[in-house]
Amino acid sequence: MTLAAQVGHIARRSVRRTIRQPANVIFPFVFPMALLAVTSAGLNPATKIPGFPTDSFLAFFLAFPFIQGALFATMNAGTDLARDIQSGFLNRLALTPMRGGALIAGQLAGIATMGFVQAVFYLAVGLAVGVHLASGVAGAVVLLALATLIAISFGSLGAFFALRTGSGEAVQGLFPLLFVSLFLSSMNLPRNLIEIDWFRYAATVNPVSYLIEGIRSLIITGWDGQALALAFGIAALLGIGSLAAGAWALRMRLTRT
Amino acid sequence: MTSKRSDRSLPTDERAKPARPGGGTGTGAFWSVAFALAWRILHNVFTTPSLLFPSLVFPLFFFTAFAGGLSRVDNIPGFDFPNGYTAFQFVFVLLQSAAFGGVFTGFGVARDFEYGFARRLLLAAPRRTGLIAGYALAALGRWLVTATLLTAVALVAGMQIGGNGVDLFALYALALIVSIAGTLWATGVAMRFRTIQAGPVMQLPVFLALFFAPVYVPLNMLSGWLHAVASVNPATALLEAGRSLISGSPEHVALAYLAAFALAGTLAVWALRGLRSAERAG
Repeated sequence: MTLAAQVGHIARRSVRRTIRQPANVIFPFVFPMALLAVTSAGLNPATKIPGFPTDSFLAFFLAFPFIQGALFATMNAGTDLARDIQSGFLNRLALTPMRGGALIAGQLAGIATMGFVQAVFYLAVGLAVGVHLASGVAGAVVLLALATLIAISFGSLGAFFALRTGSGEAVQGLFPLLFVSLFLSSMNLPRNLIEIDWFRYAATVNPVSYLIEGIRSLIITGWDGQALALAFGIAALLGIGSLAAGAWALRMRLTRT
Repeated sequence: MTSKRSDRSLPTDERAKPARPGGGTGTGAFWSVAFALAWRILHNVFTTPSLLFPSLVFPLFFFTAFAGGLSRVDNIPGFDFPNGYTAFQFVFVLLQSAAFGGVFTGFGVARDFEYGFARRLLLAAPRRTGLIAGYALAALGRWLVTATLLTAVALVAGMQIGGNGVDLFALYALALIVSIAGTLWATGVAMRFRTIQAGPVMQLPVFLALFFAPVYVPLNMLSGWLHAVASVNPATALLEAGRSLISGSPEHVALAYLAAFALAGTLAVWALRGLRSAERAG
C-alpha cells in the first residue's frame, strides 16, 4: 500500500470517528456560534469606543470562532489519538507495514478536513448575518486557507501531546492552557484599546493574538500584508515545531522491543 | 417481573430498600446518604488536580478576560455602574462559577454512572433522594472554594465594593441558590443520559441562559434581539440584583430571590424525575 493510501485510510477513519460522536460535531459548530451571537450583541456598544476599527462588533468578533473551532478540533483529534494509544490500536498498527509518518499525516488530514468544514460553516454564518468581507472573494479563500492551517497547527500540537503522554485525560488538560491563551489575546478588543497594561502586554506576546488579527484583517481591513504574514508565519512555525515534536514522540512510542 | 412492576409503583424512597443493619429510611438516613456522598465527591475533587483545576481556573479566565481585557468598556457613554468594570464583571463571574460548579458536579454524576458506581449507590442508599442532596452539598463545597479564590483575586485586582456586609451576604446567598439550581439541572441530565457524552447538554443551556443576559453592559445599553431576550431572562434579574448589591444600592433583590428559588424548585423536580429515570434503568 502506498504512503498516500495509508494516509487516506487514517484520514478517513479520523473524520468518520469524529462525525460518529455527536458531541464532537455539535460542540465545535454550535458553541463558537453561540458565543459569537451573544458576544457580538452584548459588546456592540464597544464600537463606540474612540478608535474602534469598525462599527460592527459582529464583524470584529467573527475571527474568534475560527480559532475556537480549531481549538476544539485539536482537543478532539488529540483525545482520539490518545484513545488509540490507550486501547492498543497504535500497537497493533505498529505490527503492520504502515509507516509512522502516515499515522500523523492521516490524523492531520482528518483535522484539516474538519477544520476546513468548520471554517466554511463559520464564514457562511457570518456572511448570512450580514458581515461584509473587506478583502472580497479572494479574501474568503485566503481566510479558509489560514483557518485550515491554524487547525492543522493546533492539531499537530494535540497529536504531540497525545503521543507524548498517551493519555486522553492529559490531552484534555491541555484545553485550559489553550483556552487561557485565547482569552489573554486581542479577541475582545484591539490591542491598542486594551486599558490594563499587563493584559495588553500579555496579548502582545501571545501568538494567538496574531492568528486572530490575521483572520480579522481579512474581514474588516482588507489586505494587510503584515497581519497576514504574521498569522501565516506563526501558524506555520507552530505547526512545524509541533510536527517535529510529534514525529519524535511517535518514534519513541513505536520503538520495537 | 411482577415484584419489579409493583416496586416501580412505589414512591422513590420506598423502593428496593437495602437490608442494611441500622440503615433506616428516615431523615437521619437521608442526611447520612447526603453527607457520605458529598464527602466522597469532595475528597475525590480535592485530591485529583484534573477535577479541581478546571472549576477553579475557568472562572478566573473569564474574570481576567472580561474585567481586564474589557475594562475600557466603562468609558462607553451611558455606562454608569458606580463601582467600576471589575465589580460589574465580578458579579457575573461569581454567578457563572456557581452555576458551572453545579455543571462540573454533574460531570461527576455521569462519570459515576459510566463506571457503574452510581448503580451501586442506588442499591446501597437507604434514602435515594439523599443522593441528590449529596451532589448539591458537594457542589456547594466546591463552589465555596472557587468563590473564595475568585473574591481574593478580584480584591487584589482592585475591585471596589460599595455594599455593606448584609448586601454581600445577600449576593453570596443568591449565588449559592444558583449553584444548587445548576447542580440540580446537571444531575437531572446526568441521571437521564448516564454518560459523560451528555456533557454539552449540561453545559450549553446554562451557558446560554447566563450569556443571554446583560453580561458586558447594563440592560439599558443592549439593543436588538439580545435586549428582547435579556429582558425576559430570569438570569438578568439575578445579575442586576447582584450588581445592585455589590454597589450598595439594592434593587429588585426580592424578584431575583423569587426567580432563584423558583428555578431551584423546578429543577429539584427535574432532578427527582431524573433519579426515577435512573432507577427504572436499573
